[in-house]
Amino acid sequence: MALERWFRRQRPTRGDDDATPAGLWVKCSACHTQLYRKDLVAHHFVCKECGHHERMPVTARIAMLADEGSFEPWSGAVRPVDALGFVDVEPYADRLAAVQQKAGRPDAIVTGAALIEGERVALAVMDFQFLGGSMGSVVGEEIARAAERAAEEERALVMVAASGGARMQEGALSLMQMAKTTVALEGLASRRLPYVSVLTDPTTGGVTASFATLGDVIFAEPDALICFAGPRVIQQTIKQDLPAGFQRAEFLLRKGMIDDVVPRGELKRRLATVIGLLRAGAAMAPGTLPAGA
Amino acid sequence: MALPFEKPIADLEAKIREMQAYADEQQVDLTEEISLLQQRLERLTRETFAHLTRWQRVLVARAPGRPTALDHVAAFVDGFVELHGDRALGDDPALVAGLGRVDGAGVVVLAQQKGRDTKENIHRNFGMAHPSGYRKAMRMMEMADKFGLAVVALIDTPGAYPGIAAEEQGQAWVIAESIRRMSRLRVPAVAVVVGEGGSGGALAIGVANRVLILENAVYSVISPESCAAIRWRDAAEAPRAAEALKLTSADLLEQGVVDEVVAEPLGGAHKDPAAAVAATAAAVRAALAGLRGLGGDEIVRSRAERFRHMGRMLVDSA
Ligand SMILES: [Zn+2]
Repeated sequence: MALERWFRRQRPTRGDDDATPAGLWVKCSACHTQLYRKDLVAHHFVCKECGHHERMPVTARIAMLADEGSFEPWSGAVRPVDALGFVDVEPYADRLAAVQQKAGRPDAIVTGAALIEGERVALAVMDFQFLGGSMGSVVGEEIARAAERAAEEERALVMVAASGGARMQEGALSLMQMAKTTVALEGLASRRLPYVSVLTDPTTGGVTASFATLGDVIFAEPDALICFAGPRVIQQTIKQDLPAGFQRAEFLLRKGMIDDVVPRGELKRRLATVIGLLRAGAAMAPGTLPAGA
Repeated sequence: MALPFEKPIADLEAKIREMQAYADEQQVDLTEEISLLQQRLERLTRETFAHLTRWQRVLVARAPGRPTALDHVAAFVDGFVELHGDRALGDDPALVAGLGRVDGAGVVVLAQQKGRDTKENIHRNFGMAHPSGYRKAMRMMEMADKFGLAVVALIDTPGAYPGIAAEEQGQAWVIAESIRRMSRLRVPAVAVVVGEGGSGGALAIGVANRVLILENAVYSVISPESCAAIRWRDAAEAPRAAEALKLTSADLLEQGVVDEVVAEPLGGAHKDPAAAVAATAAAVRAALAGLRGLGGDEIVRSRAERFRHMGRMLVDSA
């Protein structure tokens, strides 16, 4: 929900590695050290000076998590429409067309089949660069389809969330995606297939309040902002300063809301480990495997 | 207190009252004149309410004197017994839960309650639940499944509360879990948006087999004010945001988000609360009756199906 304006004030990650590199050097948005762009990409967009995790482009994320050559895309056949004829200072339809062209994909998510250290998974990665990773009908549909296909193909689901929340330009239909994605996860649950959710900076609003926090295991990246209501909204409501570190991954770990904060460099190994451990239990659960499996 | 667009209606009403008082006082017969004015009043009200802008509907949905969730509960639930507490964090007065009967059958009631006055509004936190409220709702859903009680949820909230404690206690987590828990109910669930359906905080108890909305209620992903603040960078543009969000009962019916619109009395539910709660009661009874006799599997499946198909998109053929 509603946090795009706040995020717009934040320094965006410089240049997508899909696109032409913006320059040879980039500045860490936390410690402002000049970093050689190639180095930053090689370090999975983590600053080698201060360890700050910059927002990561979708393709780089998939390349980092999926075993080499294992990723097969599923998403892309569903395209958004401007169902409400939504116009603010600019028509939603125009905004969509522009961002689609820039991103080279129809909406704010990529899903597909992959191996993670040999574990068969469905991998879904949200794209914060695409209208703040907001969830409209298409993002909801791609997530639902990925969850359903994962269940059919006996794969675990790994979701990398990054989103400002529900896409308000699609009105109540975007709100309904919260329920749609949730019901679509049921096939995984009934087949005892693991669902691991990775919360990255930022994960907020209706995405946090639906599929993203329903993982069997929930990891978050260091310092990621993870919330329902954004800091600005809360500040405006309570008219007080917020405690340091509020709504950041480490704070949520202390509050018991996530399983662990996992640095990016360890994420792939950790995902494979927990998926392997969860799947090791399936044989001990009587009567849970689907008929004919 | 009249809403801005109700002023001509209120003026005409005052005139009729004045004339009536004069007639009584002076012992003159003004029956015909008054009857003509009353006809004019009805025409004016009908026309005003037939052409409300979306923003005006938002104002009606929030109007002082509009029946609250518990006013509706009193009309259709026999022998309501409130049950308090979430067994973990406390008791949230913004989300009322309890047991009762509808047409003789036991039900679990969940009601997002706004205050009828300032004092009650502060007590009820303006209908904005904390995680404790959603935990209580989930506890009651467990109870509904265990005892085979249908769930009736009345939605009227600006949204889940955005505060420090709410975030620390996992507001997002409990909303997600409540959505999932409700989607798993093996008993019928009916939800009615009676005032404001504010975002995830509303949907958390809105995953029902049948979703109803009162004629002048609204249901939206974000409040018009917040939407305006973000998209127009000016909360004063809320009327334009309300138009853009397509959040009225007619819009939502068209979008497939709700199944049925419950007609309100002429002039809105706040004009005739008794008639409004009676209409809701009849609609809830009919909705529950329509779900009776379905098996648990069918109830879960058809509810999941309902939500699985939400949305508008283009699908390329393979
Ligand atoms: Zn740095």
